[in-house]
Amino acid sequence: MTIEAWADTIVPGEKRSPDDRAVAGVSTGGGAVAAGALELLEWDATGLSEALGSLASALNDHTVVYAGEHGLDLDETVPPFVALDFDHRTAMVRRLTTPGHPEKPLWVSLALFCNMAFDSAAHMHTADAIAQGHPGLIAMGIERPDPDGFWRFPKYSYGRPLARLHPDTTPSGSPA
Amino acid sequence: MTSTERTDVLVVGSGFGGAIAAYHLAAGGAKVVVLERGPWLQSKDFDHDFKLGSSYTRAFDFVVGDGMSILGGNCVGGGSVVYFAAMPRAPRYVFERHGSIGRRMWPSAVSRDTLNPWYDRVEESIPIHQQDWNDVSYAGGLWAAACNHAGRTANPVPVAIDTTKCTNCNWMMAGCRFDAKQSLLFTYLPAALAHGAEIRPLHEVQKISRTDDGGYRVHYDHIDAEDYRIRHGSGTIDAKVIVLAAGAGATPVILQRSEATLGEMPRAVGRYFSGNGERLNTAILNEDKVRDVLGLERGDGLAYEANQIGKGPVVASWDKLDGSLPEYSRFSLEQLYFPPGLGTILAQVPGHPGVSWFGKDKKEILKRWRSWLIIFQMTEDDNEGVFGAPPAHGNADRLSQQMLGVGPLKYDPTPNTLRGWAEADAEVKDILERDGLAEVAAWTNDVVGAYTVHPLASCRIGDDPATSALDDRNELRGHPGIFVTDGASVPGALNVNPAMTIAALAERAVPGIVEAARMRGVEVTYGAPAPDGAVSGRRGVLPLVPALLRH
Repeated sequence: MTIEAWADTIVPGEKRSPDDRAVAGVSTGGGAVAAGALELLEWDATGLSEALGSLASALNDHTVVYAGEHGLDLDETVPPFVALDFDHRTAMVRRLTTPGHPEKPLWVSLALFCNMAFDSAAHMHTADAIAQGHPGLIAMGIERPDPDGFWRFPKYSYGRPLARLHPDTTPSGSPA
Repeated sequence: MTSTERTDVLVVGSGFGGAIAAYHLAAGGAKVVVLERGPWLQSKDFDHDFKLGSSYTRAFDFVVGDGMSILGGNCVGGGSVVYFAAMPRAPRYVFERHGSIGRRMWPSAVSRDTLNPWYDRVEESIPIHQQDWNDVSYAGGLWAAACNHAGRTANPVPVAIDTTKCTNCNWMMAGCRFDAKQSLLFTYLPAALAHGAEIRPLHEVQKISRTDDGGYRVHYDHIDAEDYRIRHGSGTIDAKVIVLAAGAGATPVILQRSEATLGEMPRAVGRYFSGNGERLNTAILNEDKVRDVLGLERGDGLAYEANQIGKGPVVASWDKLDGSLPEYSRFSLEQLYFPPGLGTILAQVPGHPGVSWFGKDKKEILKRWRSWLIIFQMTEDDNEGVFGAPPAHGNADRLSQQMLGVGPLKYDPTPNTLRGWAEADAEVKDILERDGLAEVAAWTNDVVGAYTVHPLASCRIGDDPATSALDDRNELRGHPGIFVTDGASVPGALNVNPAMTIAALAERAVPGIVEAARMRGVEVTYGAPAPDGAVSGRRGVLPLVPALLRH
């Protein structure tokens, strides 16, 4: 649930159910969680799968410190990071990924894969993801491939001169 | 008793620097072995797929450093397989740069004039196409029209692409499925193989030591074909001459790790790294303004919405490639496609006052991804990158099975570099925000540092031993018989895509490498034609060869 809440802070989505605590519900449509962030992170190809438990613990530990600094009373029925509202979650992500934070590379990696789950569905074949209505690829408007799974764009050009060439261009097209 | 494998010339890496040397040496009669740390992928292996484990992640290396991350090729053919195939020559003034050292950075022997015959040689060996406006994608056309609207010029760039085969699929970074990109897999490498060179993929060189007979021993690990974190044993090969072309992010690391066995390295090994001054901006277009202000229509009711369509960079603005401008104020601005993932994470929300590479507002601009236009700046940096202590293996501690690792490069941009980036940012804004065409924001440097796809200069040529690791013929100072021919040898940022210059310098280095091999008893001659047999390039460089020989 903690990692889901982190993923939802990177690319937020709408709640999956009224009692969804991990997803803050600040955005319409699916976010990183619906896009499969957990499936991607739990795949050992990412290199993060074995560390997810300790990352969640560390994130919650950091949250307790943060909550103390800000005088926040955290709901103890959910993990501390999940208990934060979206703005505080955002502030936590900012704190942990800011230049100079000693754990920055870890948190940046965790954010990177959450982003990739949404905008490239890196745990799925891309053509399958589009066919299945992947929320990120659909939201971005990525075109469907041809039936053989490859993209081709027969129409690709305005097909006319659109600027003057630089006067110092060589015959082979390089800068002089 | 085990016998050690021997070869005449051992080439580390199969990108431009490695492939060109391997071809000429093999064609000249030397026994050549090429060790490549990445896989050997063919056309049928080039997927259109973002899933981890597809060619998109197999063929790449993304190494996160402190202040700078490097995206580089990791396959047979190296950068030529995954690059966007832009092949401009470097502008004349670049060779006169002083950079951070208060004197000309390039060797006195190298200028645009003296390099031109070597550029010609590359141009004869790799089919380079001068694009016209019918080749230009919507994104490139949009950039050209915006430049024109702002009173600037814009040029379709020369590319190593067979446009008759190109489908404008924009999957160039995963390798070209349609054989349109004229990578080294179609030019120098098959020619090298035809002359007997051997290419061994998934062999990652770790270090070099000396042999008792005055030669060198190269130590490598076998890398797993799927999970690059896994190593399957190691081996050695002895060679009389070494050509290091592992890429500017790896060549200095191999040499640093070899210092214990080879002896002291020149001070400039692993210093003076340049990210080619690179930086990216994302513009989010107002589709109505594209139609109304620029008069652009696709013919299907859309004005643009074509971020996904096209091929690499097709149009560049070269107005600031002006030698009369002060150093660090010169740059090119190139329209470029970056796919999702690598091309989205660092984009920021235009006009956002705070951190915006993630979160609610970022998601909103992702929904407008079809209307994105990415502008690639190649400015002049200050060669401020320095490599720290080498990691245990390779050039990075690998995190993911492929692609992602953490490396020892530290890059703290100087005020000169920052000023160049700021001026380039302002120019992009001036062009694209004019009359409400778009909103523009630079990619953040706060997540993985600055970001280069053209690492350079970490083991560079020069005349000054204090600031250049190689002499003016690409031989490593103090270690005769070791040559560096990749982007590491280029002295500094070029203001344009560097592949053409890396290739030309590699061509220029070959006569000296041949001579070094001959001095060590290898029966090899210089003078092979282009890989397809053409000879005018050879004719052009022959007058320059004697000056490149020591004896």
